[in-house]
Amino acid sequence: MTAGTTPYRSGLRAGRDGFPQLLRAEWTKFRTVRGWVVGTWVAALVMVLVGLVAASGFHAFCGGDCSVPAGPDGEAVTDMFYFGHQPLEGDGSMTVRVTSLTGLITYPPDHPNDIVPSVMPWAKAGVIIKESTRQGSAYAAVMVTGSHGVRMQDNYIHDTAGSAGGVSAASPRWLRLTRSGDSLTGYESADGTHWTRIGTAYLAGLPATVQVGLFVTSPFYMVVSPGIAGGTSSRLTQATAVFDQVSLEGDGTGGAWTRDNIGIGPGGPALAQGGFEESGGRFTVSGTGDIAPRVDGGRRIEDTLHGTFVGLIVMIVIGSMFITAEYRRGMIRTTLAASPGRGRMLAAKAIVIGSVTFVAGLAAAAVVLPIGEWILRANGNYIFPVPPLTELRVVAGTAALLAVVAVLALAIGTMLRRSAEAVTTLIVMIVVPYVLAIASPLPDAASEWLLRLTPAAGFAIQQSLPRYPQVNSALLTPLHRFYPLEPWAGFAVLCAYTALALGLATFLLRRRDA
Amino acid sequence: MRQAVHAEWTKLRTEPGTAWLVLAFIALTVALSATAAAAVTCPSTGCGLDPGRLSLTGLDLGQAVVVILAVLAMSGEFSTGMIRTTLAAMPRRITVLAAKSAVLTVVLLAAGSIAVLASVLIGQVILPAHGFTAANGFAPFSLADGPVLRAAAGSVLYLTLIGLLSLGVASAVRDSAVAIGVLLGLLYVFPVMAQVVTDPDWREHLQQIGPMTAGLAIQATTNLNSLPISPWAGLGVLATWAAAALMVGGLLLRLRDA
Repeated sequence: MTAGTTPYRSGLRAGRDGFPQLLRAEWTKFRTVRGWVVGTWVAALVMVLVGLVAASGFHAFCGGDCSVPAGPDGEAVTDMFYFGHQPLEGDGSMTVRVTSLTGLITYPPDHPNDIVPSVMPWAKAGVIIKESTRQGSAYAAVMVTGSHGVRMQDNYIHDTAGSAGGVSAASPRWLRLTRSGDSLTGYESADGTHWTRIGTAYLAGLPATVQVGLFVTSPFYMVVSPGIAGGTSSRLTQATAVFDQVSLEGDGTGGAWTRDNIGIGPGGPALAQGGFEESGGRFTVSGTGDIAPRVDGGRRIEDTLHGTFVGLIVMIVIGSMFITAEYRRGMIRTTLAASPGRGRMLAAKAIVIGSVTFVAGLAAAAVVLPIGEWILRANGNYIFPVPPLTELRVVAGTAALLAVVAVLALAIGTMLRRSAEAVTTLIVMIVVPYVLAIASPLPDAASEWLLRLTPAAGFAIQQSLPRYPQVNSALLTPLHRFYPLEPWAGFAVLCAYTALALGLATFLLRRRDA
Repeated sequence: MRQAVHAEWTKLRTEPGTAWLVLAFIALTVALSATAAAAVTCPSTGCGLDPGRLSLTGLDLGQAVVVILAVLAMSGEFSTGMIRTTLAAMPRRITVLAAKSAVLTVVLLAAGSIAVLASVLIGQVILPAHGFTAANGFAPFSLADGPVLRAAAGSVLYLTLIGLLSLGVASAVRDSAVAIGVLLGLLYVFPVMAQVVTDPDWREHLQQIGPMTAGLAIQATTNLNSLPISPWAGLGVLATWAAAALMVGGLLLRLRDA
């Protein structure tokens, strides 16, 4: 009889099974499968190539002279209007009564051979105080509009609504704009005695002498032909407003009116020349153009990132295979034997595939954006300037979009276990809605819902120009890559889908036998 | 060859996914076509839309299911190892590919006819109520109309050719996920690029060479002169893509070990 035997113990030290080891194991798996590494390179290269090809395909449509005025914050603006003005030194105020706002639209699609009397919804007429007659200089204005009521706007991007309703001789509108230092306050009234404040604008650094006066402007009528072969064209419009009871207070005023057709040179169609006539205290002013942030007539930085969705398809394939390959080979049983914590295993996989994709996407976006911009400029395109933070958001957001989609692919792959089904599900969830929204005959409303409800909403992170509600442009549609959701809101929709899928995948992974 | 076709037919028929994929294809195609037709109203001023293209919008989505069906018919055998049994039974590899193509063609012609016919019939009911009327300058939308018949028949051929293209790519790539990724990328990249590019020449060339953009020219029923490529020539471009893919796929199938 022997005393108790000692059980065999391996001389090797036990391995540690912490989370870093798990990460390292998954990273080793990723980098040793040649197809996945090559595929990630392909995703990045395809993004760059498609982006550069697309950038080369943009031809300038401003005929060489692509200068666009920049507003006080550096953004691209449209600054065209008829301006009858006087200098104002120091503080002062101007009050007018608007009794009529009418308009003309040339050759709209429903009357292709006529000039139709109709006023544009965002035709504007009112009182403006402007730093100078230079395009893009600071201003504040109170105005009546075609169909958006009374507004106070300043420095192109700020807009405050006053009372609703149009103007007529029976129901005129009184407008008043006062300057006191750097602050300009707009008032409106229905009768000239009871005044309501609309808002106050603070224009820092406004010089002592500014120009104050009457302005009228009317934006182009944009015609967008739908469909894949669709294009856009614009029609000239004109607005005419009648003002009376004009009173000006302040130093420097009281002289003759100076007339300027801001932003529109002599020559060209007679309708665009505008006019300013005074008779017996009644002023009739006509003008064409807009005072607003600009959204058309140039390219945007994200026009260099059109390869993103091709890179996305590649990363969808790799992301889902990162787990389905293990199921196909039975490797998943080895993996789970080595690290029984199934949730932790999925988390490690998600971190590895997410990080790898983010780095590849960041590199691709950081390369293609500057080169693409250079090509666009070399082709004579104007590129809308954006703040550096926006540019950073577009580049990092593109990388994050790819990374989150790769993680979503991993989660769907975990649920479905088979790569063909997983890839198909993801393509139907993300790529098909995107293609249908931006390149199909679906109407804009349907396209916008696709880009709100499906994970394709995440593409909004690439939009560099804000969607200003006060810009009336038929161009603010998915067809022109203006997304219905704000950039971060759209990205949040994608993240919500991913979080949901990851939760469901963890649940199923724990519950089912491998 | 008859035995080979019979064997492939049995395989496709008894694969549990096939029936579901065919049903999904028909349902998705018809549903999207009907939605698109119902969502659009053409005012008397014209809307620049083609009723043929509109009533067959569902193919944009349905073709993705056709891609999967065709890819799985080939790569499914590679993933399970069944391909070795198949090739042991039928050592002539080109015959196997030809038999698979024949069976797939018949299935897609049948399923495609149902989906396209249903889409067109729904369009026939919906479109006149949405402004696509003679008063607005549209010919009555019905299968009796020459261009509509061509659009419908051509769409069925389009789907079949997409299936053959997918079969060729799957024979070359073998892995189902990679093949589906390659195919859907190839199909969708051209319309998106053509949409974003502003240079008219670039746009036209992209639409002429893309398998989806050129192939879908067959759906046009109005403004045939403004198409980047004429309907039948467009379908010819897609047929060239499919033939090239089948040739490369067949060659690789012959050259490589299974």
